[in-house]
Formats: sequence, C-alpha cells, structure tokens
Amino acid sequence: MTAPTTVATAPPGTGLDSPCVSWRAPLVSESRREPVRSQLAEISAKVEADERITAEDALLLHERADLATLGRLADLVRWRKHPEPIVTYIVDRNINPTNVCITDCGFCAFYRRPKADGAYVLDRDVIIAKVRETAEQGGRQILMQGGHHPYLKTDWWCELIADLKERFPEVNSHALSAPEIDHLAKLDKRPVEDVIADLKAAGLGSVPGAGAEMLVERVRLIIAPKKTTTDQWLDVHRKVHEAGLRSSATMMFGNVETAAERIEHLVRLRDLQDETGGFTAFACWNTQPDGVPEAHLYPPKVSSGVYLRVQALSRIFLDNFENIQTSYVTQGMKMAQVTLRFGCNDFGGTMLEENVVSAAGCFHLESIQGVERQIEGAGLLPRQRNSWYGIADDRHDGECFPSNASDAATHAAAKGASA
Amino acid sequence: MSQSGLRERAKRAGLGRIAEKIFAEERLTREDGVELYATPELHVLGELANHVRERWHGDLAFFNVNQHINYTNLCNKFCKFCSFDRLPGQEGAYQMTPDEVAEKIREHLHEPVTEVHMVGGVWPKIPYEYYLDVLRAVKAARPEIHIKAFTMVELDQIAKVAKKPMPQVLDELREAGLGSCPGGGAEVFAERIHREGYRQKISGDEWLSLARTVHEAGLRSNCTMLHGHIETAEERVDHHDKLRSLQDETGGFQTYIPLSFHADNNEWTHMSKGPTALAELREIAVSRLMLDNIPHIKAYWILMELGIAQTCLSFGADDVDGTVVEERIYHDAGATTPQETAREELIQAIRDAGRIPVERDTLYNVVWSENPEAMPEGTAISDIAAHSASV
Repeated sequence: MTAPTTVATAPPGTGLDSPCVSWRAPLVSESRREPVRSQLAEISAKVEADERITAEDALLLHERADLATLGRLADLVRWRKHPEPIVTYIVDRNINPTNVCITDCGFCAFYRRPKADGAYVLDRDVIIAKVRETAEQGGRQILMQGGHHPYLKTDWWCELIADLKERFPEVNSHALSAPEIDHLAKLDKRPVEDVIADLKAAGLGSVPGAGAEMLVERVRLIIAPKKTTTDQWLDVHRKVHEAGLRSSATMMFGNVETAAERIEHLVRLRDLQDETGGFTAFACWNTQPDGVPEAHLYPPKVSSGVYLRVQALSRIFLDNFENIQTSYVTQGMKMAQVTLRFGCNDFGGTMLEENVVSAAGCFHLESIQGVERQIEGAGLLPRQRNSWYGIADDRHDGECFPSNASDAATHAAAKGASA
Repeated sequence: MSQSGLRERAKRAGLGRIAEKIFAEERLTREDGVELYATPELHVLGELANHVRERWHGDLAFFNVNQHINYTNLCNKFCKFCSFDRLPGQEGAYQMTPDEVAEKIREHLHEPVTEVHMVGGVWPKIPYEYYLDVLRAVKAARPEIHIKAFTMVELDQIAKVAKKPMPQVLDELREAGLGSCPGGGAEVFAERIHREGYRQKISGDEWLSLARTVHEAGLRSNCTMLHGHIETAEERVDHHDKLRSLQDETGGFQTYIPLSFHADNNEWTHMSKGPTALAELREIAVSRLMLDNIPHIKAYWILMELGIAQTCLSFGADDVDGTVVEERIYHDAGATTPQETAREELIQAIRDAGRIPVERDTLYNVVWSENPEAMPEGTAISDIAAHSASV
C-alpha cells in the first residue's frame, strides 16, 4: 500500500518566489556611476573615520556596493579592531544531548518529534565520555544544544552541567541557545532570569547565539512559527548578559527574507549590544535547505558571493562587536580563508563532532591542522582561544584575558559602559 | 570611471608608481610584477586588476557550456605533479577508441554543449590516424560542436608520429575538425622547474615556439601556468613576460588560465598543498595586470571552487570556464568540486558577483546574454563591452 503523496506548494514569497531568488546583486559598474558613487564615497568616509553607519547606509551598501568595496571596508574595520595579525579559533566539540523537539522548524533536518524513529536522549555516561575525549584533545569548550524536549527541564540540565564542571573544570559549557532557555522557563513555569541564575550557579559559562535565524517576526512566522519570538530571543540574551554571562549572536539568511530584513536583524543586535555589551561575536551563514522537512518553503542555497556580501556588511555595520566568525561549515575551508580578508577574525570551533549541519562525525584531528593551515596560508597567525575570546595559546606572548566567565563578565560591563 | 579613490589608496599602499602606469596603460616591468606578488595590500591589488578588467570587459563575465574528454591517460612524460597518467597494463590505464569518444559526445546531444575540450596523455604508439579519426568521429556525432583539442605537448607528439612538418599537421587536423588549441602543458617555463618536475616534456621555449606555429596557422589558442608548487614569484613573472612577448608577435592567445596545483596522488604531494584561495586571487590579479595584451583571464571554477571563482570576478577575471561535463585530470589529483554545474547555477553565481553573465562559444562569439535588448543578433563581444561600460 502506498501512502497518498501530497505535494506541498510554496506560499507566496517562499520557495522560488522568495525575495532571495529575485534579488539581484548590483552591477559593479553601477557603483562607479552617480549618484551611487557619491553615496558610497560618503559611507566609505564614515567607515574610514570610525563613525557609525546608519541602517539606511547599510541597506545602500547591501543593495549598491560592489564586493570589492565591501571587502575593503570590512578588512579595514577588522584591522582597526584587531591590529595584530591573529585569527583565533577554539578547540571544541558539539554535543547534542537530545534531538527530541516540539518546535518543528521546517529548515531543520536534525530534530525528531517525541517517540519518532531515531529520537534520542544521550545517557549521562555517553556525554561524559565525549567530554573526556574533548578534554584529552585539549578542548576548551563543549557546545551543548539540542531539541526542545518536552520533559527535560532546567534541573536535568543543571545536574549535567554541574557534573561536567566538576569532572572537567577546564572545559567550558557553552550551552543552551536562547530558544532553549526560553523553553526551560516555560516548562518550569517561572521567569527566564531564574532559569539563567540556576544554570549559571550550576556552571554554565557562556551562551551560544543559535536560534536567532532571522530576528524579524514576518520571517519567523514562516520559517519557525513555534520558536521564540524576536523580542523573546533578544530578551533572553539581555538577561544572560545582566546575569554576568556572555553570549554570541548569529543570523541565518537566504531563506524568505528581504535585504531590508537582513539589515533589521543586524540593527536589533547592534542595539542590544549598545545596551549590554554582552555579545562576544557574530556569525552568519546561509540556509542549507537540502533534505529539510519543509523544503518547499526554501529557495536554492544562496551562493558564496551573497554570503561574502552579507558577512562583510555585518563586519562594517556591527561596530560594537569585537569578533566576527567565519562559517567554514557552510562555505568550505577555501572560502573561509577568503573571509579572513572580508572582515572575519575568528575561525569558530574545530567542532570535533558536529551533528546538526552534517551527519554524525567523529574526531577529526586534522581539523585543527586544517584550520591552522588556512589561517597561516592567509599570512596570519592561528591562535587558540577560550569561550570568551581570551587567547589561550602557548605561542601567544600576551596575557590570556578574559581567562574565565567572571573575567568576561567584568569585561562585558566595561565594554557596555564605553559603547 | 573615477580613479581618485583608488589612486590615493594605491599611494598609501606603496603601489602609487605602479598604479600610475596602470592608469596610463603602460606596460608593467617584471620587477613591478614581483612587487605585486609581494604586496600585503591584497584589496588594492584586486582593485587595480579590477580596473583593467573593466577597461577590457565592463561588467561582462563569460562562461560556456562545454564537455571534457580525456581520450587516454597513457603517458610517457612522468610529470611529477600529475596524478592522471598511467602506463599500459597499469590499473586504470585506458585509451578510448574514436567510437567511444563519439559516444561521449552523443551522450550529451540533448544538452546545449557548444565546445568539447579534449586533451590526453602522450603515448608514442598511438598512430597519427587515430587523432584524425577522433576529430572526425566527434564531428560526425555533433557537426556544429567546436573542438578545442591537443595541447602543444600533444601536438609535438602528433607531428613526430605523423613524420610531417607541423604546419601540414595542423592543416590536416583542422581539416578533420580541430577548431582551436587549449593552453595546457605550459606548466612553468623556467628551465629549473622543467628539469626538476617534467624533464621528459617539451621545454618552455619549445612550447612557445609551437604556440607561435599554431597561431601562424590561423588557429587561436589559450595559455596557462601551473602555480602553487615550487615556483618563485620571479619565475611566474618571467612566464607572464614570455607569454606577452609572443602575444605581441602573434595576437593568437585568447585567454590566460592559471591552473592551481593539486597535491593528491602525485610525486609532488610532499612539496606543496597547492595554492591557497588567497594565492589564487592574487595570481588572477597579477596576471591581469601583467598580461596587458591577452584579452581574457579565466578563473577556472572547477579547480578553485565556484565561490572563489565568483570572488575572482572582482579581482581581474572575466571568465569562469564552463559547465564541464566529466573532468578527470584534476579529480584524480584530489579536486573535489562537483564535475558538472548546471548552466543556471553558473549564471546565478555570475549575477551574485555583480557581473553580467554572457554565454560564449570557444572563440568568444556571444551565444546568449542576460540582457538580450543590449544584444542584437550578431553583436560582437566588444560591442557589448562598450555598451556595458557606457550604461
């Protein structure tokens, strides 16, 4: 017996009707003609003078600037923020304690509904073994995130984090994205700040920036209608920062958003960073639509040229973010090297294991060598860092600061005050 | 086009003198080339190359719909950088019959392929007739296809086995269907590297002399350099200089294609990992500036990855090669790019790089352009370039 097949049709504005499909990069020659030439010159002058650019400026750059200008300006900001020729990365491992999720994001190929085939929750022993391997390889961080499991509450996570902290004090738990923390608060029926306080007390050291997707409600209603809203996502990060923890920020673009909505996302992040100074870094990547549950909503993957444009623009616009991370997982190692001259100063994690974007992999020691080779090949110095972007590397002369979460908290406050 | 910003940036980058020459369309010296290879100011270098690229081609970026056939991997040259060559009886050794070659052509009759790029190993036991038969078989299978075949290294062998002078051989090959010659086999002209890496192969001087003969016979060809192994900046610049000197004489080169060394499964694996992505961008930029008389600079996406080729379109390149159905030589050496890119994907990649996609045939006649209104039938590429520069 064959199941009846229904072909899902893409609603207007999605799939091949997405603004990402009809969007056209400006022709390079346009940037040399008036009035664009003068407009770009004005914005370039601001960036060169270390003045903040407006959202309108950012949109103009997105829609009218040539890639060479974006690359040049992003590179300029990168060197101003980091005069030393250093590119950082962290030896880490992604552990996804569960893939059980009730949020049903149509772009996610990783999650399983409760009780579905392949749904899992990792045993504590399995997690411990993975962290032990990471520690033995000199890993400094485990990135733990997973599905929104209907029964795994804050207590479960606190016990896990405390246990890991006790066994492996040198490995930081960089865990629980904003939507997961929000989910825990709902399960517990108590305020987000209380959940954060408990997690911090248990040993949570920093919070990843995942789950931001596009911080625009129109887009979220299409791609992740059950997920934490834009305001909630930002509010969780605000409370994380207020609790003295630092977090990172992300953007997943190239789905159903417009250019203006990409800028809106960046504006929301920059505004919150002005308020708290708690973000360590920003990373963006393009939606990877192969094999996802609601594939019909998604246009073909946007090309590396678009990625380079958005990534360079983010370095120029996010003037209060210290670090911009490349996305070698989505762009490949060669493009990642190019991004080191288009605004990125961080290679992210070596991800000794990664399950969400790729199929399950094991230890790839060559990934450390591979990362170092790309950085050195760009004429730059690879240096390992910790979760708070302190350089923790024998080859580095300077002091490692911040060296832990509480250093980082002070650091964050100082940044926030000066911003 | 305003040069004031770039002029100022070049000055600050210590490249002011070279930039002035570029703006004045003066030829760069070999010393200038070496300086450009050494500058840390990658973005200024890219902008200068871009300036020249736009002087030639405006916003246009070319691609074609092509097919590769490697008719044999039998080879007696033992080049240390090669992962493709085999001896008879060795595992994987093959030689296609003319009919098998024709079958490869027939497999793609439903696709709008305009060119077949056909190269292979050098094997002295292959008779002269074979090469003629292969050309005839391709033409019989698809009469309108352009055959770009046989590097200078293969031509040298073909003339030997034919026991005829090269001009006569070229006439006969052309009669059988040869349309133009690819640019491979040049490697690096420097004798030091020739001795070290590919001593059985024709020397740089012989390669250049054969290319002259090909051009004199009225055939166009491309030129290449294999980079990212043991060559120095001086050797690269000498290579460029020799190419442009010959081009001054004949005008027969259409396109320069830097070929990235790939390090898997060959005798140079331990010498180099091949050029980095940034080194590829730099090679594109420097060659655009040095080769002031060669119209096209190609970012061969299948060697680089499509994203790098897109970036190259802002660093001096104006061509990304084609859809390439089946490539074996670089994939044996570890290239992991998909072997076929849909025409639509190439077009989108070019658009995303801010350029106007133009499908060309081998001789750079326009087959299709993004802007049909800008392209009345029979438009020559120079007309579109002028149009796109003036819009």
